[in-house]
Amino acid sequence: MAPQFILDIIAFISQPWPWWVAGPMIALIMFLLLKLGKEFGISNNFRIMCAAEGAGDYADFFKFDWQSQGWNLLVALGAVFGGYMASHYFAGAEGNIAHVSAATVESLRQLGLNYQEGQVPLIPEFYSWEALFTLPGFMVVIVGGFLVGFGARYAGGCTSGHAISGMSALQLGSLYAVIGFFAGGLFMTYVLFPLIF
Amino acid sequence: MMRSSKYILIGLLFGMTLYKAEAVSWFRIYEMFHFQSFHMYGIIFSSIAMGILIVQWIKRTHMKTMDGEEIRISDKDRHAPRYIIGGTIFGLGWALAGVCPGPMFIVLGSGYTVLVLFLLSAITGTFIYGLLRKYLPH
Repeated sequence: MAPQFILDIIAFISQPWPWWVAGPMIALIMFLLLKLGKEFGISNNFRIMCAAEGAGDYADFFKFDWQSQGWNLLVALGAVFGGYMASHYFAGAEGNIAHVSAATVESLRQLGLNYQEGQVPLIPEFYSWEALFTLPGFMVVIVGGFLVGFGARYAGGCTSGHAISGMSALQLGSLYAVIGFFAGGLFMTYVLFPLIF
Repeated sequence: MMRSSKYILIGLLFGMTLYKAEAVSWFRIYEMFHFQSFHMYGIIFSSIAMGILIVQWIKRTHMKTMDGEEIRISDKDRHAPRYIIGGTIFGLGWALAGVCPGPMFIVLGSGYTVLVLFLLSAITGTFIYGLLRKYLPH
């Protein structure tokens, strides 16, 4: 059994983190990478993985020194570990729950996703191998992945590269990209979701 | 090895943060696009606000990296079409999948192995973009 103060620390970390902890923490992560001479942008990993698998033979877009970008793959690997640690060791007393608002629980019902307030799981059940053969599961995992990979590279960055790094550096292009993120997101949520779910 | 572990630790902190703040949750993204909670907006706005202060501090003090070189923050080009069109396609995927690239790795780590297919699909999307790049408006 671990000493009490360690259990106390684990219990403290295991609470849901409020936005005012998470937001500054993300900015801190961007700062640490800048101090190391790097720019924060997770979706670049998809391009690096393409280049590493020899996509440079097919398009010049993938001809670059991808090995010098290996640090970014390590950040992604660390994120995988972070997800493992948080979900297994810091889940908290309630388990992995998304504390969404009552209004959200209600509108999920209209979509046919029935949950009780306070019991919405963090991760939806259609993130599963079985659900791949249903319309929502296939759309979310396969089509969603494709759109994210295609769109992020087209826009030159994703949430980390544009919404955080680019907006922090007051880049007009990033503002356009974020407007695009929301235009696409709202269209999907309001217009296409009723057709998919 | 020391160099590698720094990046893994930064990624770990990133993963823990987004997981514990529930930003990796499909339901939180759904809630955000329905404007039913301030939570996700709080995360995004507070990180941008803090980020702006950090970038200004770096620029005004000509801060150096750990290796002693001046920190460079690259300017993005200003042609709007690529950002608007690419951003909209990304947004469609973000709302549908409920994860953007960072959270995808985090949720994968939490044990949802099916996201390996999401990763492969995203790599395919990036590859197709690379092939079509010269034909697309930017």
